[in-house]
Amino acid sequence: MRIEMTVNGSPMAAEAEGRTLLVHFLRDTLGLTGTHWGCDTTNCGVCVVWLDGKPVKSCTVLAAMADGHEVRTVEGLEGASGLDPVQEGFMRMHGLQCGFCTPGMMMTSRWLLDHNPDPSEAEIREAISGQICRCTGYENIVRAVRWAAEHPQGAGESEGVIA
Amino acid sequence: MTTVEEGKAHVGFGRMLRKEDARFLRGKGNYVDDLRLPGMLHGAILRSPHAHARIRSIDTSAAEAHPKVKAVVTGATLETLNLAWIPSLSHDVVAVLATDKVRFQGQEVAFVVAEDRYSARDALELIEVDYEVLPPVVDAKRALDPDAPVIRDDIEGKKDNYIFDWEAGDKSVCDDVFAKAEVVVAQEMLYPRVHPAPMETCGAVAWMDPIDQKLTIWSTTQAPHAHRTLYALVAGLPEHKLRVISPDIGGGFGNKVGIYPGYVLAIVGSILTKAPVKWMEDRSENLMSTSFARDYHMRGEIAATREGKILGVRVDVLADHGAFNNTAQPTKFPAGFFHVFTGSYDLAAAHCHVRGVYTNKAPGGVAYACSFRVTEAVYLVERMVDRLAQELGADPAELRMKNLLRPEQFPHVTPTGWEYDSGEYPRALQLAMDIAGYDELRREQAEKRARGELMGIGISFFTETVGAGPKRHMDILGLGMADGCEVRVHPTGKAVVRLSVQTQGQGHETTFAQIVSEVTGIPAEDVEVVHGDTDNTPFGLGTYGSRSTPVSGAAAAVASRRIVDKARIIAAAMLECAPEDLEWDRGSFHVKGDPGTSKTIQEVALAAHGPLELPEGVEGHLDASCVYDPPNLTYPFGAYICVVDVDPGTGKVDVRRFIAVDDCGPRINPMIVEGQVHGGLADGVGMALMEAIAFDEDGNNLGASFMDYLIPTSLECPSWETGETVTPSPHHPLGLKGVGESATVGSPPAVVNAVIDALAPFGVKHADMPLTPAQVWRAMHGSPMRTDLAIQ
Repeated sequence: MRIEMTVNGSPMAAEAEGRTLLVHFLRDTLGLTGTHWGCDTTNCGVCVVWLDGKPVKSCTVLAAMADGHEVRTVEGLEGASGLDPVQEGFMRMHGLQCGFCTPGMMMTSRWLLDHNPDPSEAEIREAISGQICRCTGYENIVRAVRWAAEHPQGAGESEGVIA
Repeated sequence: MTTVEEGKAHVGFGRMLRKEDARFLRGKGNYVDDLRLPGMLHGAILRSPHAHARIRSIDTSAAEAHPKVKAVVTGATLETLNLAWIPSLSHDVVAVLATDKVRFQGQEVAFVVAEDRYSARDALELIEVDYEVLPPVVDAKRALDPDAPVIRDDIEGKKDNYIFDWEAGDKSVCDDVFAKAEVVVAQEMLYPRVHPAPMETCGAVAWMDPIDQKLTIWSTTQAPHAHRTLYALVAGLPEHKLRVISPDIGGGFGNKVGIYPGYVLAIVGSILTKAPVKWMEDRSENLMSTSFARDYHMRGEIAATREGKILGVRVDVLADHGAFNNTAQPTKFPAGFFHVFTGSYDLAAAHCHVRGVYTNKAPGGVAYACSFRVTEAVYLVERMVDRLAQELGADPAELRMKNLLRPEQFPHVTPTGWEYDSGEYPRALQLAMDIAGYDELRREQAEKRARGELMGIGISFFTETVGAGPKRHMDILGLGMADGCEVRVHPTGKAVVRLSVQTQGQGHETTFAQIVSEVTGIPAEDVEVVHGDTDNTPFGLGTYGSRSTPVSGAAAAVASRRIVDKARIIAAAMLECAPEDLEWDRGSFHVKGDPGTSKTIQEVALAAHGPLELPEGVEGHLDASCVYDPPNLTYPFGAYICVVDVDPGTGKVDVRRFIAVDDCGPRINPMIVEGQVHGGLADGVGMALMEAIAFDEDGNNLGASFMDYLIPTSLECPSWETGETVTPSPHHPLGLKGVGESATVGSPPAVVNAVIDALAPFGVKHADMPLTPAQVWRAMHGSPMRTDLAIQ
């Protein structure tokens, strides 16, 4: 079947089987490999993307269900003015190691900050609790989100610009 | 050069943001499953539903008729290629695809190559396998029963499930110490089977170019060079026509050390179809078939005086190795480095006896950040010390402080033969107690106990033995555990360093640049790290057992020193003086007594490539290499304190605080070291409280998905409190000890000791991990269960 969706603001269209998972459609059909796949059971959250502005686990959404809808992936986080503060926070606070859970964690974090610009540590932990990271022990992810909350425009010149 | 003058560049050790993050943050990592080659096909593996069964027949005709299927491979196909069995890493063999029997649930039975991943999976459903189900061996304690089914009847003459016996320490001396001791405490304990479960599962893309006959394998491997050599040995392929590329790795933790059947099958698939073949396992396949960790049934004993002077430790171990002995151990050490179980204490005697057995479970045995079974050893001794404290009515911190090795006792040879390089143990424990506010915590606990609340404080003090290792003692399948490194300084003073080891998230692209920078003064930003590609890096055994910094890091340091040595000769030629007249001020040479006359390393690099006349015998250019054979292992250590609250109604454990003081010698990048520790602490919480792979009586794997194999989330992990002491290793060129596995090794006993401490009002002395609410509740009511079986 033909599936059309807006991905990171751009219209996309491709043929896919009705059973194709959104994560595979994004990765294998559209070549957007920033979204990862990590389990079969909707437990790990490395596949989190936004569907119509809400984080979803894209391994549990059929591509067909996203037909006609808007998807945002990690590739759509960076804006014209540079990295999203969440991306910058993850870098500055060492919120990532192997990088595999990172796209999903950042997508959830961005959504959290859009809806709660000044989250507490407990609120951040609750927000990312449906996602697994094996490297960081979560501490620096929490710090990264707090950094982004405290720097809604990024660091600017004060802390040096990140390439 | 200008950046140095402006003071903006990072020279040497210190906090530095990671170079690799730029791509990961943008979703531009290069993991194996991200790879797409023209004409690439997809493989999928049919796995056994049974733990033990004879294969009567396999009918692949329907699968072969599937319009999108390009090849179907069975054990019979592989037998014609002499690839049905491959050597294991422990001098056994492993079935690539089962020919005679299946020996664990999830074992590989057939392989399908199809045009896309969904079709490959569809075709698996079309394969008919006729099994004759056999009784399985799932309880390691019954594997040696005379009537136990024989799992490995493929081995000629094999009549039992016995693998090996191994001992360390002097048994008679130890028995004598125990016979005379005033206090002896014994405890049975299980370190259950757990799984590293990196977020990225294992996989490979293989491409045998039919024209130049060169085989390239992109795979999730922590040890690309070892893999290349093993492929060459196994398949008889010429090693110069083999290239193993390990791109970005989504976490390893030991899971990606071994060669899995899937990698071999991707290669076979590419040879048969003349197309690139990708194979990526799913999560259940990862949990069911790839390297597990632990599965050690231990009986420990500790001997002491009534005053609490520990005299000796002895332990008997039953090691469950699964269906094939495929643990990645140095050849001489079938139980890995378990004999470091004497821990951090001054003991008169120690002895261990380890028996390895086959069971109908997945093979493996060294994985999950364990430093070759140091994890089991530390758990054993730290639980035994707490058991002793219980018997003596002693405070576990005081008891440890009384028995810790003192700084003046280093280097210290243990009763089992390790030579600990350096340590200031009491300082680390005291710091952890200070951060925790230990005395105040004990007061709080007393108050809570009086109110019927269950609060526990657990301590562990660990010593690791990492950086394997001296090649006269340590090899894997005959490959010595030395690692190479090459450093080249380009004419403009920028550098490239090529490594044999492979990062899986540890940040090597940053820290190895910092090592070169530390020695040469070249800013770390100006040093490019090349790794994970056997065509472009020197040989070495890879990253596991916390060995990158102790071995490859030493190689990088020595090669960098050779760069500086050569630069000195060239600088002397430039300044028309003798090399010994030059003073090295990291990054530049100046003539002694004349700071104004100097040459930077960058100026020297340009001159090294220019027309400058060099002294007789000195070649141009500025590069150096090193193969580092470590003279000893390194011994990082640490003191951990865990504080838990236990819900008396449900048995649920809440880790309220966790204090970790680590000493890994000098820290290349404190930010990265702290991150490594954080991750390991989460591992410890997971293993202590929720992670375990158990089996039912039919050999069904009960931890085969993330719905059953629980991994801690942000809600189960506290905000970690870390501290550091610095005791350099005397034999590493930069004093570095390695830290990758420290927290995974050190934290589980702290959590368990805390929970058992919390349950003291119930008289609980021990309960095996994982301390799930059910296990804790049962312990409170006097009947903790075996956690390896769903059979009671």
